[in-house]
Amino acid sequence: MKTKKFKKEIRLSGSGGQGLITAGIILARAAVIDKINVTQTQSYGPESRGGASRADVIISNDEFYYPEAVNFDVLLALTQEACDKFAVDLKDEGILIIDNSIVKNTPKMESEIYEHPFTEIARKKLGSELPTNILSLGFLVKITGVVSEHSLKTAVGNSMKPQFKDMNMKALKLGIKLAEVDIKNNGA
Amino acid sequence: MSNIPQKQIHKYLRHDKKFPHVWCPGCSNGIVLGATIRAIAELGYEKDEVAMVSGIGCSSRMPVYVDFNTLHSLHGRAIAYATGVKFFKPEMKVVVVTGDGDATAIGGNHFIHAARRNIDITVILINNNIYGMTGGQYSPTTPDGARATTAPYGNIDRTFDICKLAIGAGATFVARTSAYHAQESKLFISKALEHKGFSLVEIVSSCPVIFGRLNKKGSPADMLKDMKDNVITEKKYNELSEDEKADKIPRGIFVEEQVPEFTATYTDLVQSLQKPKDE
Amino acid sequence: MAKNETKTKSVLMQGNEAIARGALAAGVNFFAGYPITPSTEIAEICSVEMPKMGRKFIQMEDEISSMAAIVGASLAGAKSMTATSGPGFSLMAEGMGYAKMVEAPCVVVNVMRGGPSTGLPTKPSQADIMQARWGTHGDAPSITLYPNSVMESYELAIRAVNLAEKYRTCVTLLSDEVLGHMRERIEIPNLKTIKVVDRVKPTIPPEWYKHYPENPKYPMPLASFGEGYRFHVTGLAHDAKGFPTNKASETAVMMERLRNKIRHNIDDIIQIESFMMEDAKIAIFAAGITSRAAKEAVLMARKKGIRVGMLRPLTIWPFPDEAIKKYLCDKKAIIVPELNEGQLSKAMKRVMGAIWSYELRKSKNIIGLNKNNGELINPEEILKVIKEVK
Repeated sequence: MKTKKFKKEIRLSGSGGQGLITAGIILARAAVIDKINVTQTQSYGPESRGGASRADVIISNDEFYYPEAVNFDVLLALTQEACDKFAVDLKDEGILIIDNSIVKNTPKMESEIYEHPFTEIARKKLGSELPTNILSLGFLVKITGVVSEHSLKTAVGNSMKPQFKDMNMKALKLGIKLAEVDIKNNGA
Repeated sequence: MSNIPQKQIHKYLRHDKKFPHVWCPGCSNGIVLGATIRAIAELGYEKDEVAMVSGIGCSSRMPVYVDFNTLHSLHGRAIAYATGVKFFKPEMKVVVVTGDGDATAIGGNHFIHAARRNIDITVILINNNIYGMTGGQYSPTTPDGARATTAPYGNIDRTFDICKLAIGAGATFVARTSAYHAQESKLFISKALEHKGFSLVEIVSSCPVIFGRLNKKGSPADMLKDMKDNVITEKKYNELSEDEKADKIPRGIFVEEQVPEFTATYTDLVQSLQKPKDE
Repeated sequence: MAKNETKTKSVLMQGNEAIARGALAAGVNFFAGYPITPSTEIAEICSVEMPKMGRKFIQMEDEISSMAAIVGASLAGAKSMTATSGPGFSLMAEGMGYAKMVEAPCVVVNVMRGGPSTGLPTKPSQADIMQARWGTHGDAPSITLYPNSVMESYELAIRAVNLAEKYRTCVTLLSDEVLGHMRERIEIPNLKTIKVVDRVKPTIPPEWYKHYPENPKYPMPLASFGEGYRFHVTGLAHDAKGFPTNKASETAVMMERLRNKIRHNIDDIIQIESFMMEDAKIAIFAAGITSRAAKEAVLMARKKGIRVGMLRPLTIWPFPDEAIKKYLCDKKAIIVPELNEGQLSKAMKRVMGAIWSYELRKSKNIIGLNKNNGELINPEEILKVIKEVK
C-alpha cells in the first residue's frame, strides 16, 4: 500500500514554565508510537520560568534532515510575544492556534485560526493552569491529525508522573472535545 | 622496631636507570622517601597494591624511584588523578606525594575537595616553603618577609597553615611533623595509611640549596637543627605565650576521626540499588 | 544469529542521552564530570544508570579534576569518559594532552555552544573544531568524531570508546547544543550485537613488559595498576618503560609513536558520508548539525536541476585529506557552511591548495558560509549560495 508522503512542521511557543517543551516531547513520542520519523528541538533562555520558549516538532512519514521548523504548518502560541514573533513564518495554508485569554491581538492572516482561552479553561475546569500544555496539545492533534489520538493518549500516559496523570488525561480529553466542537461547527 | 636494615628500603626502590636522583644534597625529600618506604614495609603492603601519585615539583619526583604503581601527573592535579585510581580500584592503597605549591596553590581546590569528600587517599605533603624546581619563587607557605626570587624584597603574601586548611575542609586525619623527626614521620605516615578516609601528613622540610641560600639559613645540618628546635609538640606549643609561638610550629596528630569514607559509601549505594524494589 | 538478537528498540531519545547510552553500551565504567550547559544531561544520565550497573560515577570539583580523574581511572583499568562544553573543554586541554602523552585511553565529549568565553550557553556552535585538534600544547595527536543525528550520537559514542581503547589515546567526541538537545526516533540495537573493543591484558612476565613498546600493533596488551606490572607513567618525555628521558633518540621514538598511531591507521579511523556526489558539479562540505541543512539544501537544489552533492566527515580529525582529494578535486565549487568563522574551510583550503594548480585555483572556488550568532545555518541560506555559484 502506498501512503501519501507528508511532512508537518509544528512550533509550540510561549514562555518558560508553560510546559511547551514537555508538550513537544510528548507529541514526538506519539509520533514514535505511530512509527513515523520525528525530530523535536527547542530554544530557550537561561531561565526555567519566564522568558521566551519554543519547541519545534517535525513529523513526516518520509526522510527529512533539517531539524528546526522554518515554515510552520502549525503554530501554537500561548503568549502575545510568541504569536507576534512567529505568526509571520506560518504557511498561508497553515493553522494558527492561540490562547485568546492571553493573546489579545489576533494577527490578520490567510491561515486558519483557532482561538480558545486554554489557560482559563484549564484553571476553571481542572483547577490548575498546569495542564494547559496538554489541553492545547490535545486540541492541536485533533484539529491537525499529525499523530493518532490513540498514540497521543499513550504518550501522555507514559510521560506523566502518577500524581499528575489523571489531571493531564482529563486535560487531553477536554482539548480533543473542544476541537470536535470546532470541527463540527466549521463543517456545518 | 626502628632498625629496619637498609636492604629493606632497597627492595622498594627501582634500580635500573633512575639513580642518581634529582634531589640536591641536603634536601629533605630523601628522608621522607625513607620514612614512607619504612612505613609501607612495616605495614606489610604488597608493592602491587600501592599506587603512588604525584604532581609537579621536587617532591613530586618521588614516584619514579619506587617500585609501586606510579603516576607522575600534572602540576596540582595529583589528588584528582589519585581520586580516579582510588575510586575505580578502592582495594588499592593510594598515596599522593606533593609539595606546598603543588597541593595548596595550583592544586588547592582538589586538596580541599578530596578532604571534604573523605576519599581514602593519604597525602604526604612535603612543605619546604618554596618552589624549588623552578628555582625559588614564593609559595603559599613562604614565611612573612622571607626572600624568594619573586619576592626579592621579602614576601608580603600571607601564608596558609596547611593543617588548619585541611581541618577546615573536613579532613579526617591531619598530622604534622618535620623531616628532622624521621621516626615520627614514619609513624604518622603509617597511621595515615591505615586511616580509612582522607589523611594528610604535612612534613616540614628544608630546601638548603634554594630557600636556605636565599634566606641565609646555613648548612643542611643547621636547617635540620632549626626544625628540631622550632617544630615542637602540640602540647609544648600550647604552653607558649602568643609572642613565643611566633617562630614555632606545632607537630602532632591534630585530627583523627572516623567518618564514612567516599568509596565505601558509594559501594553501599551500589549494593542498595541491586536490591529488589519490593523488599 | 538468533532472531531476537538483531531486533532493535524504537524510542524517542535526546542527543545527549544517546551519547551517554552509547558510551555505556560500549562499556564505559567510569565517568567523572562537572555540570555545564549544554552537556549536563550526559552526566545526569550517567549518575542515574552507572550506580545501578555497579559502575563508577563522580561529580568532581571542576573540569580539570574531572579530566584528571578519568585518566587516573583509565590507568587503573577503567573505560572512562567525561563530558563538557566550551569553557570546560578549555580547562581540560592540559589534561587531554597528558592523556595523549601517557597514552591512557579515555573519551572527552564536547557539546559545542557559542563562544568565545561564556558566550551563548544555550545556543549551538561549531567553533571548537580547531580546538579539538590543537587545544592542548605540543604536537599531540587528535582523533575527533562528530555525529549529525541522535542515532549517530549513539553509534559514534561507541566508536569513540572503541578507538580510545584500540589506539590508547584520548578521543574527542563533538556534538553541539542543537544535536545534544534534540530528540529523534532512533533504533536502539540489541546490546549483544554491538561491537566493543576491550583492553587486552598482557600475559608476559612483568620484567619483560614495556608500557610503551617501540612499534606497537594496535590494540596492544595494556597493563593496569594493581595487576603486578608496576609501570611508571609521566607527562615528561619517556622511554619504553615509561621512565623520564632527556635523550633525543628516545624522545624521537616516543613522538613517532604518537604520530604514527594516527598516520598508519587513517583508513581505520576516518569515516565519511558521501551524499549525491556521483554527478555533482558543486559540493557542500559540512559536518555535524550543519550537514543536516546541507542535505536538505542538496535536495532542494536537485529539484531545481542543479547538480549538487554533499561530503560529510564523521571523523573530523585526522582530517580526511584523501577522501577530499578523491571526491572534491574536480568540483567547480566547494561550499563549506559552518557555525564558526571558517575552521573547516581553512582545513579544506590546505588540502585543495596542495593539489590545485595556480591556474585551477583561479577557476575554482572554496566558499565559506559562516554564522556564529547562535543560530543554525538553514537550508535556504545554503541554497542561496548554491544558486550564486551555479
